[in-house]
Amino acid sequence: MIRLISFGVGAIFTLALLIAAFLPREAAVEDPAAKFHKPHMHVEFAHQGIFGTYDRAQLQRGFQVYKEVCAACHSLHRVAFRNLADLGYNEAEIKAIAKGYDVPSIDDKTGDASTRPGLPSDRFPLVYPNDVAAKAANNGKAPPDLSLIVKAREGHEAYIYSVLAGYETAPAEFQVPEGGNFNPYFPGNVIAMPKPLSDDQVTYGDGTKATVEQMSKDVTAFLTWAAEPHMEARKRIGIGVLMFLSVFFIVAVNSYRKIKAAVNSH
Amino acid sequence: MGFHWAKKYEPQSGLEKWLDERLPIIRLVHDSVGAGYPAPKNLNYWWNFGSLAGLFLVVQIVTGIVLAMHYAANQAVAFDSVERIMRDVNFGWLIRYMHANGASFFFIVVYVHILRGLYYGSYKAPREMLWILGVVIYLLMMATGFMGYVLPWGQMSFWGAQVITGLFSAIPVVGDDIQTLLLGAPFVGNPALNKFFSLHYLLPFVIAGVVILHIWALHIPGSNNPLGIDVKGPADTVPFHPYYTAKDLMGVVAALIVFSIFVFFLPNALGHPDNYIPADPLSTPAHIVPEWYYWPFYAILRAFTYDFLGVPAKLWGVLAMFAAILLLFFLPWLDDSKTRSARFRPVYKQLFWLLVADLALLGYCGAAPAEEPYVRISQFAAAYYFIHFLILVPIVARLETPKPLPKSISEPVLPGAAAQPAE
Repeated sequence: MIRLISFGVGAIFTLALLIAAFLPREAAVEDPAAKFHKPHMHVEFAHQGIFGTYDRAQLQRGFQVYKEVCAACHSLHRVAFRNLADLGYNEAEIKAIAKGYDVPSIDDKTGDASTRPGLPSDRFPLVYPNDVAAKAANNGKAPPDLSLIVKAREGHEAYIYSVLAGYETAPAEFQVPEGGNFNPYFPGNVIAMPKPLSDDQVTYGDGTKATVEQMSKDVTAFLTWAAEPHMEARKRIGIGVLMFLSVFFIVAVNSYRKIKAAVNSH
Repeated sequence: MGFHWAKKYEPQSGLEKWLDERLPIIRLVHDSVGAGYPAPKNLNYWWNFGSLAGLFLVVQIVTGIVLAMHYAANQAVAFDSVERIMRDVNFGWLIRYMHANGASFFFIVVYVHILRGLYYGSYKAPREMLWILGVVIYLLMMATGFMGYVLPWGQMSFWGAQVITGLFSAIPVVGDDIQTLLLGAPFVGNPALNKFFSLHYLLPFVIAGVVILHIWALHIPGSNNPLGIDVKGPADTVPFHPYYTAKDLMGVVAALIVFSIFVFFLPNALGHPDNYIPADPLSTPAHIVPEWYYWPFYAILRAFTYDFLGVPAKLWGVLAMFAAILLLFFLPWLDDSKTRSARFRPVYKQLFWLLVADLALLGYCGAAPAEEPYVRISQFAAAYYFIHFLILVPIVARLETPKPLPKSISEPVLPGAAAQPAE
């Protein structure tokens, strides 16, 4: 009986699937953007690999690019000023950086909404008071917060770098809609953000030449740190854990072998 | 419980004797995972995965309890609270990466454990209850994993919940009501998030309970073994402790090494980048994909594109997806071949490997976008899945001529050949 039911159920599902499989398909619509789309550029960072650590000087340069360029539109709301200690800034420097930002506050006499200079314990303030304002100021597309952007995109660092350094003039056959910008590394090739970086846009304190590639790389490294601030501790602990487990594994294998030998000779 | 040659527990000290007369807990341990539990001497490394499943259940419960101390199940702050865990809670990143990767590892070891059962016929008499309880655990794991993935309230959390609960709306007449009941509202929002958090905390303990039943059911007939033949006498067994405790420890350390590589060096490799974007009901991700461990079943769900017999394709998909798992409950009776191990079943052995390849193909299609050629491939692959379990397995069980079985675990397979070495 169970076999009959089983054959019946199996036959019904199989028929439903096979009929569907042999039905003709609508011809696949070719995505017009696909022809011009490019895979991420290859880019290397000091923080990659098992032993990779962040390059502090690069993070500071990246922070400078963020502060002077990106921060005009993009917030970094999950990062606190105190976290900048990771970049090698000392307490006084962090206090000074925080002071440069106005953070929302409440006037303690009147209770009215006001602002005050930032403290190390504050997070980077939002650029726009809310999402609607962000959209209104940017052609209907709110600039995303950058705190997690490196982890939130397929391709991670390589993708962010490619988008920043990969603006091109659109090919004649590709129609870029009003308010859009051509970027073959962005999904769909049309990005709302205008080309943000051009050579010598910032002046690096350490004398590094501020090419578009250099700035893109630096700010990508900075944003990787912003998304994964505990990466160095994670790798360091990981190496210790693996070393411990390897020794433990040798001990476990030997103890098992010994027991096995004793049982077999029994 | 157990074999008559099992070593009896004898309390050594006065205190042990006193305790044994009041709460024989040492006796319980001795009889279930100690020297008093004889296990077949020929178990191979595939038998390590049962204890590994237990390991990852414990990892998930322990890390989950810590995460719940810092997590807030409210749609306004859920995403922020997870990021707080990652940034500001001491070693929060470690706990969360262990939990997120632990879920994947729990599924990996359970899949190996299930496939081992399929290969060596561990579902067959007298172990049907053991198998059924295992399928119950698997179903509970699927539900728990799904609800856990919703909690960070990222884009994939939100849209995954939308798709999965939307399945229930395919059920005629009562579908929409069931969906509303599941979500606590007609939409995916705060009531659903709260409900899922509560159930995500509850279900692991239900799993732990069923695991106890699963182990109890294991101890009645004892473990199956690679030869799939019954234990005949003391020469066929070794005491569980220290033999298999040492072997399981070795497996546990090996598993922890692989687990650590993911937690410390590839923590997001098994996740989806979109889940680092806060949930936005107004923006649908380009491709909504569930976690990898659901891919084969997601592919079966989407393979149905034809309103066969006037029933909507979506309903067929939902029925087939649930049928694909529920049919496992009936497997001990669908396959009534008396020979357990695939080692002695030449046809079934080939079918088994075909099934493994089919599942891999389904998984690949489940991860791919719902377009050609993936849809057509998944239609053939899903058809084979049902043909395998519902048609081929019952037929092969009847028609196949198994190879001759060895007399016992401890005796040579063929005259003159060496005794089965204990692996």
